[in-house]
Amino acid sequence: MARSALLGSSLAKKYWMALTGLFLCTFLIAHLAGNLQLLDMSPEGQLKFNAYAKFMTTFPLVKLVSYVLYASILFHAFDGFLLAVQNRKARPVKYAHEKAGANSTWYGRQMALLGTLVLVFLIIHMKTFWYEMHWGELGLDVDGNKDLYTLVATVFTQWWYVALYVMSMLVLAYHLLHGFQSAFQSLGLNHPRYTPVIKNVGVFFAVIVPVFFALIPVWMFINA
Amino acid sequence: MRNMKLTLKIWRQSGPNAKGEMKTYPVNDVSEDMSFLEMLDVLNDDLVRKGEEPIAFDHDCREGICGSCSLFINGEAHGPGRMITTCQLHMRKFKDGDTIHVEPWRSGAFPVIKDLAVDRSAFDRIQAAGGFVSVNTSGNLVDGNAVPIPKDDADTAFDAATCIGCGACVATCVNSSAMLFVAAKVSQFALLPQGKPEAKRRVLAMVEQMDKEGFGNCSNTGACEVECPKGISLEHIARMNREYLTASATKD
Ligand code: HEM
Ligand code: SF4
Ligand code: FES
Repeated sequence: MARSALLGSSLAKKYWMALTGLFLCTFLIAHLAGNLQLLDMSPEGQLKFNAYAKFMTTFPLVKLVSYVLYASILFHAFDGFLLAVQNRKARPVKYAHEKAGANSTWYGRQMALLGTLVLVFLIIHMKTFWYEMHWGELGLDVDGNKDLYTLVATVFTQWWYVALYVMSMLVLAYHLLHGFQSAFQSLGLNHPRYTPVIKNVGVFFAVIVPVFFALIPVWMFINA
Repeated sequence: MRNMKLTLKIWRQSGPNAKGEMKTYPVNDVSEDMSFLEMLDVLNDDLVRKGEEPIAFDHDCREGICGSCSLFINGEAHGPGRMITTCQLHMRKFKDGDTIHVEPWRSGAFPVIKDLAVDRSAFDRIQAAGGFVSVNTSGNLVDGNAVPIPKDDADTAFDAATCIGCGACVATCVNSSAMLFVAAKVSQFALLPQGKPEAKRRVLAMVEQMDKEGFGNCSNTGACEVECPKGISLEHIARMNREYLTASATKD
């Protein structure tokens, strides 16, 4: 019983994929809201950002949510891996001639590849900022907070890092373009009246969120 | 109208464990009024005359109702065209000089029997696991109209019941998922009062059998709905997702 509730069936695997995926979507909104403060590159803006970073890494409730978040990313990736392995095994002999574009989008079929690229980006991203914030040698600002702002600003003077960031947001956009509405369908939330709305919100979300994320490094690179 | 000359590239495989390959066959004199299967009949006639082994392919009703005919034609299940089976595909969809690729349904759960014919008994086993209503039919018939059913529910159940079990959904899915078929078979009962008493057991058993047969998972690409000859809607997959979720959460 416990097995079937967690990962035993194909459908259970998809419920978890959808739940963790939607949770990650809410995280994206919160993370973006925090990051947008970086657009203020004045000295006061820097101090405010560092104070915010300190709050985010020390306030108990935020810390608790962040553990749920790490678990969700790992579980989403692990579950996605299990699904992808089964999916590959389900067709041992491939078609010699296939016209998949006639009935579905490439990004809908390539969720595992897009997800893997997002994961690679997340690892690089967390090494650059999250790891350094927690265990690296960061200087202190005039308020005595760890100076994450200066680290971010320095990293974003490198054109290749900015380019990597922008490319990764494009990948994320495609993952969300399919993923957002797909999660509702996986959970059985399909309704003639609401599904078109969900689909439109999904497209909006998949475009707006990555575009704003990508805007930050580009802005900081230009104004460095 | 002049008859067409075509080049067919067809999967040949002498038996379940034999190694297969794509073979090229020129066909002349194809009328645009032929169905795709009639065109294959003409080719087979030719092969038999020449003393060669004819191409095995499934077919029965030849009017789009039995679900026997299959074939992955030019990269699409049942070929180009929507809401049709291969027996309903006409040669006027093709042009003189075309090359046409013909492959069997590809899925681990649908092993090749010979050439283009595959074993779809996995669908029968899913159906047998729960796709029925248990009633004693000996002498206690109830008048059909004695059970009131909202018209919309009856219509949606009927839409689901139009699934002919052809397997195009599996063949076309990037994951070889059977979700559209199973969802149709779950929905046709789930919506009706007669199906309600066994609804939980049914969806749990049918999904379990679907997984056992080795079909892939649903990525919601929607390809099945596009290629399904009966236009079975993705809404049925959502319904099955709901049914299964509540059944798993509330079973004892
Ligand atoms: C911020 C990061 C991410 C967000 C917001 C996100 C969101 C989503 C959502 C909403 C879905 C749809 C779930 C469904 O179809 O029911 C999904 C699917 C998927 N995600 Fe992610 N995801 C993220 C990162 C990742 C990562 C790091 C991986 C893996 C390495 C990954 C792999 C997948 C796969 C394989 C699927 C498709 C599963 C299927 O075939 O149905 N995702 N994601
Ligand atoms: S759902 Fe459509 S494609 Fe799948 S078996 Fe039924 S009729 Fe064929
Ligand atoms: S032969 Fe019956 S549906 Fe094509």
